[in-house]
Amino acid sequence: MKIKNFGKRTIFTNIGIIAILFMGSCNSPVNEKIPVLTFGQLEPLLRMNNDTVYVINFWATWCKPCIKEMPDFEKLNANYKNKPVKVILVSLDFPDKHESDLIPFIQKENIRSEVIHLNDPDANEWIDKVSPFWSGSIPATLVYKGNSSEFHEKSLTYEELKTIVESKI
Amino acid sequence: MKKLLNILILLFIVSLAFAGGYEVGDKATDFKLRNVDGNYVSLADFDNANGFIVIFTCNHCPYAIAYEDRIIAIDKKYRDEGYPVIAINPNDPQIQPEDSYKKMQERAKDKGFTFPYLFDDGQKIYPQYGATRTPHVFLLKKESEDLVVKYIGTIDNNYADASKVTENYLEDAIDALIAGKDPNPNFTKAIGCTIKK
Repeated sequence: MKIKNFGKRTIFTNIGIIAILFMGSCNSPVNEKIPVLTFGQLEPLLRMNNDTVYVINFWATWCKPCIKEMPDFEKLNANYKNKPVKVILVSLDFPDKHESDLIPFIQKENIRSEVIHLNDPDANEWIDKVSPFWSGSIPATLVYKGNSSEFHEKSLTYEELKTIVESKI
Repeated sequence: MKKLLNILILLFIVSLAFAGGYEVGDKATDFKLRNVDGNYVSLADFDNANGFIVIFTCNHCPYAIAYEDRIIAIDKKYRDEGYPVIAINPNDPQIQPEDSYKKMQERAKDKGFTFPYLFDDGQKIYPQYGATRTPHVFLLKKESEDLVVKYIGTIDNNYADASKVTENYLEDAIDALIAGKDPNPNFTKAIGCTIKK
């Protein structure tokens, strides 16, 4: 019974992930709806094994240094639109701030990169799965392509992001 | 020349080791920091304490705010058992004005903090402990003349909803110390706000 449920969940998760991946490739206005995922649902996006460089930024609307560096991630997303680079902004806003804070912020700032709302308060269970080097503060960014990955627990500039991405493309 | 290089490498390694802050088992430093009531507080002032729940926290951070009531409850529960809470704001108010000494005084009054809320003026203490975020807990136990770090990490496993907590990491760790045991786990992680420097 447990296995069956697990299977079901995995299928739903995969559909979710595929939907998320497709959303970015369409030209329709993105981020009208922001998916809310548990870490288990997010994790496959941290383990993709293809030719794309994934830039996964952990942030929140209340985090000043996160907001400050966001234009650089948006610039990266725009400048590498036609390259195998995918920017995903994983919001760690509190679950009850989805409608009141997160959605208005995304709309007001016209954020074009993909946004996911991670709702999984048991962070001790998943921080190490993002990176064992992560102590838990934000902003934090994981950049990876296949098995080549690096993790930064600090703000990054556009130039730094560009250098990291170029080294992996 | 090679000798100089070796010394430089050694210095670099030593500086890395210090930058990392404390690990469980290390001896913690005492400090003398200004409390919201204007008095300076040191851990040495607490003759009857068996240890301390040192929590790096602040005013502005939503995670810190989410834990305020739980920190008050923990202090009330454990200070008479010899483990008082000592809260320290490590942030530079130049960068985060909400974490100024004056705002700390206001917050402590509004919330009725039952514990000292100290200002790490000049940011000398938090790097020694190795705090990286708020809230960040360091549980210390008095062993003869020393303060030994026994647990580092988070308070529990649900910042968003206290009613949904299933693991009380910090309380379990204090209970273990009171029972004469070592905490297990003695290290946990949590999401928090970066310390503003």
